[in-house]
Amino acid sequence: MSDSTSPILTADGTPLKAKLAQTTRRLRIKALLLTLPLVIFIIITFVLPIGQMLYRSVHNPTGIMVTPNFAEAIQEWDGEGLPDDRFVEIFVKDLALAKKNREIGKTVGNLATRVNYEIPGSRSLITSTARKAKNIKEGPYLDALIKINKKWENPAMWLTLQRASKEYTASFYLAALDRKYDDKGDIVMADELYQIYIPILMKTLWLSAVITLLCFILAYPVSYLLSTLPMKTSNLLMILVLLPFWTSLLVRTTAWIAMLQTEGIVNDFMVFLGVIGDDGRIQMIYNMTGTIIAMVHILLPFMILPLYSVMKTIPPSYMRAAKSMGASTTYAFTKVYFPQTIPGIAAGTLLVFILAIGYYITPALVGGNDGLLISNLIAGHIKSTLNWSLGAALGTILLAVVLVFYWVYNKLVGVDNLKFG
Amino acid sequence: MKLKTLSASILAAGLIASSAASAGDITVVSWGGAYTKSQVEAYHKPWVAKTGNTIKSEDYNGGIAEIKAQVEAGNVSWDIVDVELSDAIRACDEGLLETIDPADLPAGADGTAAKDDFLEGTLYECAVANIVWSTIFAYDKSKIKDGPTKMADFFDMEKFPGKRGLRKSPKVNLEFALMADGVAAKDVYEVLATPEGVDRAFKKLDTIKGDVVWWEAGAQPPQLLADGEVALTTAYNGRIFNAVAGEKKPFEIVWDGQVWDLDLWVIPKGSKNKDLAMDFLKFSTATEQLAAQASWISYGPARKSSSSLVGTYATDASIDMGPQMPTNPANLTNAVQNNFEFWADNADQLTERFNAWLAKG
Repeated sequence: MSDSTSPILTADGTPLKAKLAQTTRRLRIKALLLTLPLVIFIIITFVLPIGQMLYRSVHNPTGIMVTPNFAEAIQEWDGEGLPDDRFVEIFVKDLALAKKNREIGKTVGNLATRVNYEIPGSRSLITSTARKAKNIKEGPYLDALIKINKKWENPAMWLTLQRASKEYTASFYLAALDRKYDDKGDIVMADELYQIYIPILMKTLWLSAVITLLCFILAYPVSYLLSTLPMKTSNLLMILVLLPFWTSLLVRTTAWIAMLQTEGIVNDFMVFLGVIGDDGRIQMIYNMTGTIIAMVHILLPFMILPLYSVMKTIPPSYMRAAKSMGASTTYAFTKVYFPQTIPGIAAGTLLVFILAIGYYITPALVGGNDGLLISNLIAGHIKSTLNWSLGAALGTILLAVVLVFYWVYNKLVGVDNLKFG
Repeated sequence: MKLKTLSASILAAGLIASSAASAGDITVVSWGGAYTKSQVEAYHKPWVAKTGNTIKSEDYNGGIAEIKAQVEAGNVSWDIVDVELSDAIRACDEGLLETIDPADLPAGADGTAAKDDFLEGTLYECAVANIVWSTIFAYDKSKIKDGPTKMADFFDMEKFPGKRGLRKSPKVNLEFALMADGVAAKDVYEVLATPEGVDRAFKKLDTIKGDVVWWEAGAQPPQLLADGEVALTTAYNGRIFNAVAGEKKPFEIVWDGQVWDLDLWVIPKGSKNKDLAMDFLKFSTATEQLAAQASWISYGPARKSSSSLVGTYATDASIDMGPQMPTNPANLTNAVQNNFEFWADNADQLTERFNAWLAKG
């Protein structure tokens, strides 16, 4: 029997327990260090940008940066009718100060742009009022402003300024959902003629579903062939699948333009065959048809590869066994073969659908007017209107939609059942 | 062109601006094609010859997204940029540009001080105009014998069947639509400022919507016309002139209802070569340089003292440049100046409506 009070020692005399702890700790640190580059990479390229996007979609610093005193004071205002003159006085003085400021983010132009998002036409109102603000020496200040421009009589103007003076806002999400604040500060739908984001988001989802379905219909037989043909032929087929996959996206998209445009190869060929007349050339690109064709082609390998890898593992003997027991080919297929391919179908459809939702370049190039997707609108806000906050809000909504789909998918299929190969 | 724009914007989206040019280099950014060529001939080459510095010329498609991205990231790689007036005003308002004192600009060749020599409304806090350009519509007279003469003809599908080329933006299109619908040039912005006016313009655009080919870069419309993709197209007048004079295309410009505008030089705030950029700006907006540019492309110089020096086309002395200018009195009989204030106020909202209108197919 060993003495339970004295610890077991290692060769160098330290207790075994301590030595063991030391060794495992060293291993753990080593393992951590090995994953560190990946962790840092993910934080820098994924977590930070997404966090920044979420932040930008609600962050609303303009009022506080441009007219700080007013931004603080106006929060006390109850929002009824027009604000008291003491608020307006602070506003006029802040505006006169801001006029002299040329620091980025703190100019009158920034505030004018921000308010103009909610009340079109108020940009020039604010910039022109700021030019005259320093000449207003005494009250009543509100009357002085109204003398400069009648629009200051509008309570909605002051409500918007109050909203623009809060650190965080839901305004950009409202805009991204085709909603806005009305003159009383209540949330209402935007005028029908100006509704664009929800219809385009719906169209994006619908188009992505169509593309996924088409990819599935095309990919299933191809994958089946790939997995059942003799190695030599299937390798050749596989190269045909992979070759476009390795070709640049832009090249493939422009190739479709060359093929499908009205003066393109397909139309030329049909005219040559006499199927259509020279003046009856079909518009197949720069519209939704073109977007669907090009995107199905580009996303097809993402459906074929998971399907193929799953089908490859199904032994052909299963089908033979089913048939030997009297099942018809259809019955054996639906009851024996098809269920075993579901993990591949699940992986393929999820991949294709999520890729399609966020697709940008192909619809931008071949989408024309009715083939535009939500990502193109986001790009528009980043690139041309410069309303980055609205772009961020749209991006966040897109991200949320993807997560919801993933969750529903997980409930239906189960992520454990996904098989990418 | 489109591809180039795309890849450029992808790069810009990465917000990784290229490393700063070494001393003595400046990056001059403009709209590409025949327009940039005119600037290279009239401004870049003489300046490089005079100062020994080098110029890197880049193309873009307008807007202030890149300037904003560079200035806010604190990594400005564009030293001087050719922009539209509404963009110059907005960027200046938001503190993205260096201010420019008109007193620093050289006097005209006849000794007139710069602020009197420049046309009215061409000098701003942060921007100096170089040219007056215009959006017009044009057609191929070898294909249409009895050509259109007025704005309303552009929307007349019976008289002039065939596709129409339009810029993919509400700007100018709404003005054109109203003028074609019978609004006088001087009343266009007054009508457009009312909701009924906007409805009226979109209703007019509805009449040709199914036949429109939308273009984005200035180099596209002459190409669309040459390929026969469109029968009539809106375009920048200099691009059409260049196709006629330089490439001998049988195109004809319709000046009725032209919407003219300015192009201006701006210097993004924080430019690493601000002094050189300023020197280039002063050099290029001097009387002789503006006049020289007008011999390469049919855009009117912004200085009064340049007008008398405008002669013939640089590579073909038989073409007199005067009548080709948007500012030529005969071309101005029914013309409207782009109202930058209207667009600064309404561009966001009207772009949304325009996109919603487009998406309805």
